[in-house]
Amino acid sequence: MTTLVRELAYSLRSAVEAFGAAQLFFLRVLAQTPRALLRPRLIIEQIHASGSQSLIIIMICGLFVGMVMALQGYDSLSRFGAEESLGGVAALALFRELGPVVTALLFSGRAGTSLASEIGLMRATEQLSAMEMMAVDPVQRVVVPRFLGGVISMPLLAAVFSAIGIFGAYLVGVGLAGVDQGAFWAQMQQSVDLFDDLLSGVIKSVVFGIAATFIAVFEGYNAMPTAEGVSRATTRTVVIGAIAVLILDFMLTAVMLEGV
Amino acid sequence: MQQTRAVEFGTGLFVILGFCALFYLTTQTSNIGSYQQDDYYELTARFDNVGGLQVRAPVTVAGVRVGRVSDIEFDPERLEAVVTLQIASRFDRLPNDSDASILTSGLIGAQYIGIGAGGMDEYFQNGDEFEFTQGALILENLIGKFLVNAGKSDE
Repeated sequence: MTTLVRELAYSLRSAVEAFGAAQLFFLRVLAQTPRALLRPRLIIEQIHASGSQSLIIIMICGLFVGMVMALQGYDSLSRFGAEESLGGVAALALFRELGPVVTALLFSGRAGTSLASEIGLMRATEQLSAMEMMAVDPVQRVVVPRFLGGVISMPLLAAVFSAIGIFGAYLVGVGLAGVDQGAFWAQMQQSVDLFDDLLSGVIKSVVFGIAATFIAVFEGYNAMPTAEGVSRATTRTVVIGAIAVLILDFMLTAVMLEGV
Repeated sequence: MQQTRAVEFGTGLFVILGFCALFYLTTQTSNIGSYQQDDYYELTARFDNVGGLQVRAPVTVAGVRVGRVSDIEFDPERLEAVVTLQIASRFDRLPNDSDASILTSGLIGAQYIGIGAGGMDEYFQNGDEFEFTQGALILENLIGKFLVNAGKSDE
């Protein structure tokens, strides 16, 4: 019994410790950001790695999520005889929730894992220590450009996701289900508010981008320098990233909907 | 060198695509049009009941959109709702005996303000108030009245 309590207390304590370490590391990343901005070359390379190369998966998933939204929305709305508002329903669902959240989950799986394993492997092969030997701060040289690249890429990816999703919803809603084309777009423009819906989605995607990318670089940087440690860091990136994104999503939605 | 060129090209393409998507979303799928109103003048109208009217609801004359609702407040002295309307300056020739009523687009659609043009030669100025208004029709009240009348006719 006492062992159980002791182990519980120990794991609780290490969880709090890891959380605190993450806060301190976040401050360190922020403190190094201005100096890393002086070398845009590195950031561009990271935008390419996390952003451009995630584009295909984001576009395909966006298309299919939009198409499914249109099918499901049409089926539900036709029970009320309100098929015409399909455009508004699909757009609101995509902009406010699905776009930012699904993009963040995919982003954490596609780009976050590669960031974590890359930095973790640098740690395992002592490249980070070698940098420190040469008086190069590895946070500034390795971590911050990757962090900034991810933070810049994520909102753009979410915007692409939503735009392609709208296109997918249009294909199914207008092409397959036979919703009137004019009503589809008119309903969409009527029900989507520039600030309440679009801007809140963009804010969400920025916050998710910060969270997902930061978790990836933090896990990679603090990986145990073994093969197993790298693999564990990669797994934790996806698991913690997904949990963090969904919890943040709930909190942001609660704050944003209060004013409506 | 070839390698860096490809990276630059890919990154540039990606960022441009992302901003195109954002631009497309803001201009084509949202109500950005209702925020673009540079010159306007304000009128107020008092209603006994505004129903589900909301700020930014359209204001129409003969079904054509001429402005929007900018503010809805409650006057605690006269116990009425005070609605402020912003009308675009190019529609500055509204007769000052026009009436404002809260209407509903479709059966369950959003509510808006319809202005019925009057016949006077004098026009509304900035800050004027509508003399004739018609509040929102509340469906429950209508049904209640209908039921009462139906009961009477049976007797």
